[in-house]
Amino acid sequence: MTFVDDKVVITGIGQSAVGRKLGRGGVDLAIDAALEAIAHAGLDPADIDGVASYPGPVPAEGGFVGATTHDVRDALGLRTTWAISGVETPGQAGTLMDAAAAIATGRATHVLCFRSVFESTAQAAGRAKALTQVASRAAGHTEFRMPFGAASPANWIAMYAQRYMHEFGLTREQLGQIPINGRRNAALNPKAIYRDPMSLDDYLSARLISYPFGLYDCDVPCDGATAVILSSRAAWGGSDHAPIAIEAAGSGLYERHTWDQRSDLTTMAAHDAAHHMWQQTSLTPADVDFAELYDGFSYLCAQWIEALGFCKHGEVGPFLEDTEHYAIGGELPINTHGGQLSAGRLHGYGFLHEACLQLWGEAGERQIRKDVEVAAVGIGGGPEAGCLLLRRDG
Amino acid sequence: MTRPAYRILPEVTADSAAFWAGGADGELRIYRCRSCSRYFHPPVGVCFRCRSREVGPEAVSGRATVAAYTVNHHPWFGEAFPPPYVVAIVELDEDPDTRLTTQIVDCAVEDVRIGMEVEVDFEHHDDVWVPVFRPAEGSSAS
Repeated sequence: MTFVDDKVVITGIGQSAVGRKLGRGGVDLAIDAALEAIAHAGLDPADIDGVASYPGPVPAEGGFVGATTHDVRDALGLRTTWAISGVETPGQAGTLMDAAAAIATGRATHVLCFRSVFESTAQAAGRAKALTQVASRAAGHTEFRMPFGAASPANWIAMYAQRYMHEFGLTREQLGQIPINGRRNAALNPKAIYRDPMSLDDYLSARLISYPFGLYDCDVPCDGATAVILSSRAAWGGSDHAPIAIEAAGSGLYERHTWDQRSDLTTMAAHDAAHHMWQQTSLTPADVDFAELYDGFSYLCAQWIEALGFCKHGEVGPFLEDTEHYAIGGELPINTHGGQLSAGRLHGYGFLHEACLQLWGEAGERQIRKDVEVAAVGIGGGPEAGCLLLRRDG
Repeated sequence: MTRPAYRILPEVTADSAAFWAGGADGELRIYRCRSCSRYFHPPVGVCFRCRSREVGPEAVSGRATVAAYTVNHHPWFGEAFPPPYVVAIVELDEDPDTRLTTQIVDCAVEDVRIGMEVEVDFEHHDDVWVPVFRPAEGSSAS
């Protein structure tokens, strides 16, 4: 069994400029990414009949919603038969999985999937109000956290990390290898935000945010948009590259949507999504050539490593000590573009873009030296997670 | 640790009213299922385990154990709620699978530990009584 019967493939990718304070709007960035992806797939905007995005028009401050599907449909004059956006999804690539299902069932043929943010520019313009200036009360999912000063995912995720450290002896020195690996790879990525080398001393001496997280355990807000084209395998006319098959898609969410009631505080929804993904394929973790794993916080990447089966539960600390294993030249390169920690918070889609670049051999100086055919992509953290197993055809 | 001058208060709902007002009577009120007798949180009108609608708030002892915590160092709220302070997930003595995210108070931030026994204390702000936790009387950190 293969996801959507192998009827749907990735045919093109695109990405806008990525940076700090680019001074551009989220729609503008999304259009850059969309046009590049459509051309990369060998298509014309007139071929696009579906659009999918995350998160859609949700209330949010500070450049979190760069562009909605309506914005992009309107700007490009797209004639679509299917469109969707959503935030209640298994990770930021959730609507991309829905797009594949839509193509497989004949609702659309070529779907533009995208994520756009302009958090750096928006926050520089002062749109991120100090929390104390927000007049309203904490409602919805923040009702039971904000009154206690648990203001940020940094706090919520740090508690999970601390529990894992307590149970399994993970150390900050081991955890720090995730941002250090990302920074080493980012030096080879001209679009990365931070490219200067980082030492373990730099990591450990950075100011603390929410213990065990210091500054370099937290990703960097940026401006940028990423687009991926999904196509009907039967309808795609081809291009100069082979299509990328979606071998399996993990959208499993097995527990309550919660930041504090999960039955085992040393796992996250990533474990559910990965379990669901591996059920769909005869491939195993040993078949994966490289992995692009969400690192909005360093610990989320550590969770994906064990959730996807690259080490046993509880053993991510020793895994991280073998830094050569997951370096670009190693057995299982991880976050080859620098991850969100160094290449910017493109909010999930950056990992998908990098996986495709590597599979197509288009990653430039940071191209993995060995031939790569299978990539694992894990996107999301806490109670929201989804993952994809990608395989290059031919 | 000192108490903050300011907290963002919750938007109290019909489901959460008992939780946020229990402190007026010195009670920590947690939803309990009358069919399977288990507690759960946050409050909502059905038991997620057995799907019984026979649920409602009940006073618990207010004693709990620290299951996870973080020392927050970032001034999310500026001077009004100055760091460092400890945010924790605590497990209720009555049902350790039922946890609250809370703040640990009246304790040096460096003394908080996983496994520490704590007890509820209420801070009154406007129409809500915020249930924070302090080291339990007789515990090593009190």
